[in-house]
Amino acid sequence: MTNTSKRIVIIGATSAIAEHCARLWLSNQSVDLTLVSRDLAKTQRIAADLQVRSPQSVIRILTTDFCDAQAIQHCVADIIAIRPVHTVLIAHGTLPDQQALQQDLSACAETLMINGISPALFAEAFATQMQQANYGTLAVIGSVAGDRGRKSNYCYGSAKGLVERFVEGLQHRLAHTAVKVTLIKPGPTATPMTAHIRNMPMAKVEDVAQCIVTGIAGGKPIIYAPTKWALIMLIIRHLPRCIFHKMNI
Amino acid sequence: MVKITSWGRLSHLEHQRVLLSDCQQVAKQLQQHQPGIAHGMGRSYGDVCLNPNGVLWQTTSLNRFIHFDDNTGCLTCEAGILLGDIQALFMPRGWSLAVTPGTQFVTVGGAIANDIHGKNHHVMGSFGDHVKHLHLVRTDGSLIECSPTLLPNWFAATVGGLGLTGIITQVSLQLQPVPGPWLDTETVPFTQLSEFFALADSSESTWQHTVSWIDCLSTKGRGLFMRANPCDIGPNLEPQCHAHTMRFTPPLSLVNGLTLKPLNSLYYQLKKWRAGRSIAHYQAFFYPLDNLLHWNRLYGPKGFYQYQSVVPREVSLDAVAAMLAAIKQSGQGSFLAVLKTFGDREALGMLSFPQPGVTLALDFPNRGDKTLSLFKRLDAIVREAGGRIYMAKDARMPRELFELGYPCLNEFLTYRDSGISSSLSRRLMDY
Ligand SMILES: Cc1cc2nc3c(=O)[nH]c(=O)nc-3n(C[C@H](O)[C@H](O)[C@H](O)COP(=O)(O)OP(=O)(O)OC[C@H]3O[C@@H](n4cnc5c(N)ncnc54)[C@H](O)[C@@H]3O)c2cc1C
Ligand SMILES: NC(=O)c1ccc[n+]([C@@H]2O[C@H](COP(=O)([O-])OP(=O)(O)OC[C@H]3O[C@@H](n4cnc5c(N)ncnc54)[C@H](OP(=O)(O)O)[C@@H]3O)[C@@H](O)[C@H]2O)c1
Repeated sequence: MTNTSKRIVIIGATSAIAEHCARLWLSNQSVDLTLVSRDLAKTQRIAADLQVRSPQSVIRILTTDFCDAQAIQHCVADIIAIRPVHTVLIAHGTLPDQQALQQDLSACAETLMINGISPALFAEAFATQMQQANYGTLAVIGSVAGDRGRKSNYCYGSAKGLVERFVEGLQHRLAHTAVKVTLIKPGPTATPMTAHIRNMPMAKVEDVAQCIVTGIAGGKPIIYAPTKWALIMLIIRHLPRCIFHKMNI
Repeated sequence: MVKITSWGRLSHLEHQRVLLSDCQQVAKQLQQHQPGIAHGMGRSYGDVCLNPNGVLWQTTSLNRFIHFDDNTGCLTCEAGILLGDIQALFMPRGWSLAVTPGTQFVTVGGAIANDIHGKNHHVMGSFGDHVKHLHLVRTDGSLIECSPTLLPNWFAATVGGLGLTGIITQVSLQLQPVPGPWLDTETVPFTQLSEFFALADSSESTWQHTVSWIDCLSTKGRGLFMRANPCDIGPNLEPQCHAHTMRFTPPLSLVNGLTLKPLNSLYYQLKKWRAGRSIAHYQAFFYPLDNLLHWNRLYGPKGFYQYQSVVPREVSLDAVAAMLAAIKQSGQGSFLAVLKTFGDREALGMLSFPQPGVTLALDFPNRGDKTLSLFKRLDAIVREAGGRIYMAKDARMPRELFELGYPCLNEFLTYRDSGISSSLSRRLMDY
């Protein structure tokens, strides 16, 4: 069974958005699922849940250091060594308070690392392997915050912008292969990451996950989730500076 | 702060919502943010799940399964999981929740805290009868594990405990084997209350699920008796469910003096005409209202009350007749009027609502004092009959009626968590 079922790998598997994607993937098929995180106990609880939902699925757990290039390299090599993968979702990220980051350069560096460099390194490691297999979908979660630098979150946003350029480069590089590369840009979503933000309407994590899973199945290069954010960000990206700079966003 | 309302939409006040999403963090979160009250799906009608200008611990993200034993049907899960999610996952595997209410959009924690009942009370008792074990986190950060045999008093205080003894994080439930998602159903029209009682008596030993719709405007108490048993019709395709959404709140209640009488007559006649046996999917039979999402908006911006009481069997014919007469005389009432007999099993929770007898539940559009004075008349009937009112539906019962109806109250109070308080607890208890 293991050899025929779809192989899915989630990096940052304790993310609420990723967890709900996993639930959807398991809801109508048995999957060979690998969960990669830094927190074993939390990931075991997620794995137990998914196993109840889908008793036939095979669920593996790996932990690694997300900020260490060597560790990332080894982790991806270990994953690929078992079997080629159909779908990879890179989901980790963190959203600290922008003003706090302005006072603390090392926190700023960590934010750029975990939201920008780390997902790029994972993507790079998988891309090379997937190119050799000439097969699979590599999906990375960026953010609408990466579409234009804003005073309220430019540290996070610029790291997400890095992810966007990186994915764009990979899409260009793999355009003539069977490997698909997808950038996912969620809008504000009710998850632990945004629990401290008040007075902002949030999408439901179930809806965002559904949008992502459908988009990946459809082979889309860019997924805004929910889709209305494509239009909103189109406008925000094109606002003239003189107007944009007057906005408190 | 966000504006939060409950199902009755009687108030829309500011709350500080604290999202609980990791079982391991709950103790810390409660210590940091208190006093507060747990809030599941807010499917309670009144103020049991509200705490205006204070903290609400939102439990719906505590939604992970933990373990399922295929041989015994014992499911362990977090308390924010929806009953509908359990049904959808396990029904195809031949297991069902033993007790479910009239909507599947409620959490396991909410179902325990109100010790909810279903259409099969006479066979299965209430939700708490199928809870084998639970974890309760207190606002001082401590954890209490209890079950019917382990710290049974804590268990009895927490089942039906209105969220006031702590936050339930993890639960083990006994599911029931079922042949599949289908039910063999029968609808029997009745023209007066005494017929309802005869039907209830004759159905209870042979039908697992019984419930009646009653036309609250009819003089004698006509209605439709519905009963069902699980059945096996072999492999079959799941029906396509099309949920519709009530997208806006009309400026006036659409349920009013003009619409109610024709609506009730139409419904009665249609159902009477189509009475008899049929096969129904469990969702259609158990959760008929879930197909119109946000149907509570039909009652307009002022919201609505539900009045649900239970009265002992001996006096139930007179008491129910008296309540229906008072409602008819007041010219209020609504389409949603449900009558059901409870079995003889006493519920195990200190504040559980179900008791042997007959329960009548009716919705009333909020017409201010007019509605409240009708409730006073109904209260008098319930008090005289020795009955009680259901807290899951209540937003206004007087404290004295609460104390009369729930004789174990004083014992319950010794198990309260001093860091927990709701609108309802302040209204009916000391804090
Ligand atoms: C259409 C409809 C039909 C209904 N039919 C029935 C019926 O047939 N029978 C019946 O009995 N009820 C029925 N109800 C009422 C409903 O089942 C109860 O109000 C139920 O408790 C709602 O669950 P909830 O998750 O929405 O909880 P909420 O309404 O959010 O909260 C209810 C109570 O549970 C507490 N609570 C919630 N989670 C936890 C937790 N994790 N730990 C501790 N306390 C917690 C809250 O503090 C509060 O006291 C119906 C409601 C609707 C809207
Ligand atoms: N929620 C939104 O509004 C929103 C909007 C746009 C984009 N996104 C993006 O969506 C993705 C998922 O976020 P979410 O909303 O699901 O949030 P979430 O539930 O808080 O998940 C964040 C994930 O990132 C991991 N993580 C954070 N710092 C890490 C570190 N130093 N090392 C390893 N892992 C780390 C977390 O692991 P732990 O569990 O171990 O902490 C967790 O798995 C992120 O990339 C986020 O930027 C979210």
